[in-house]
Amino acid sequence: MSIEFRFAVNVLPKPGILDPQGRAVEGSLAHLSIEGVTGVRVGRRVELTVAAEDEGAARAVVERLAGELLSNPLIEAFGVELLGATSSTTSAGSPTAAAPTTSTGQAGR
Amino acid sequence: MSVRVGVVVFPGSNCDRDTTHALALAGAEPVELWHETADLQGVAGVILPGGFAYGDYLRAGVIARFSPVMRAVAGFAAAGGLVLGICNGFQVLAEAGLVPGALLRNRGLRFLGRDVRIAVEQPDTPFTHLAGPRRPLRMPVAHGEGCYFADPATLDDLEAGGRVLFRYVREDGTVAGETDDLANPNGSLRAIAGVRNAAGNVAGLMPHPERASEEVLGSDDGFGLIRSFVESAAVMTRATEGRPLEVASR
Repeated sequence: MSIEFRFAVNVLPKPGILDPQGRAVEGSLAHLSIEGVTGVRVGRRVELTVAAEDEGAARAVVERLAGELLSNPLIEAFGVELLGATSSTTSAGSPTAAAPTTSTGQAGR
Repeated sequence: MSVRVGVVVFPGSNCDRDTTHALALAGAEPVELWHETADLQGVAGVILPGGFAYGDYLRAGVIARFSPVMRAVAGFAAAGGLVLGICNGFQVLAEAGLVPGALLRNRGLRFLGRDVRIAVEQPDTPFTHLAGPRRPLRMPVAHGEGCYFADPATLDDLEAGGRVLFRYVREDGTVAGETDDLANPNGSLRAIAGVRNAAGNVAGLMPHPERASEEVLGSDDGFGLIRSFVESAAVMTRATEGRPLEVASR
């Protein structure tokens, strides 16, 4: 039986990498009269569904995809977040996974 | 017989015709290589032109990296073949790991299309030996992600190995600072505008020599770089005459 796992991959510039978008967001805060906000980093979130036998197999696919395509390991780090799982034989079912879990990866090339 | 030089055409390439035109001016026979082909048709060198390959979705150059033609180009490069990436082509080479480093969003966040000046740091390479005596070279940039980045150890390696080919400079020829937005348009670390790989046969640069190859274009400072590539490809062809480069097709 194959299970459909829904994941999110969150990609962010690594610490120390210049993030001009984050800086631009910070620079705009004064216009909103917002104070005390620092450390803004702008990244990218990709959500996807993987059909696999179990969570480990699904996660391995996502980790590879995240390391080779969705992020550039030289400049970006990614985190993988499990959003839910649905048995494909009961496609109308609601997500059956317990609390979402996250992991982070920085696969080399 | 003129030397055959391949110009890869990705969906979204927009400097492929400029490049074939400049190559023809330099006496080469340009050969357009469609992105879905893994057959390089026996060319003596390959240029990855500027543009927005595959729309630059996700990150500039990354989708192009996995195309059939890039697998062939990687094999060609591994066998010693000459490869030059211009602008988006540089981004593709960096994403493919064929040259070190990465191209980040411009420091000022904006897409920039204007002339810059670059110094030729290494005048005795296959990519620069006919650059001529004029310095600095003036040619256009047109990019949103051109900020060269590599970690400090890699940057030191590049400098020590003579692998920094071009740097952004001011009008007087002095090297631009990293926050000198006028001269260093994108905030590139150590004002690096172009690098090559360790073996010396793969190079990339953000400025467009092919768009500065005739006086009618406002500058012909880039033509020496095009001529360098064509001449080097011709020399390599003669050196391997009768025994073409072993090109692995993965």
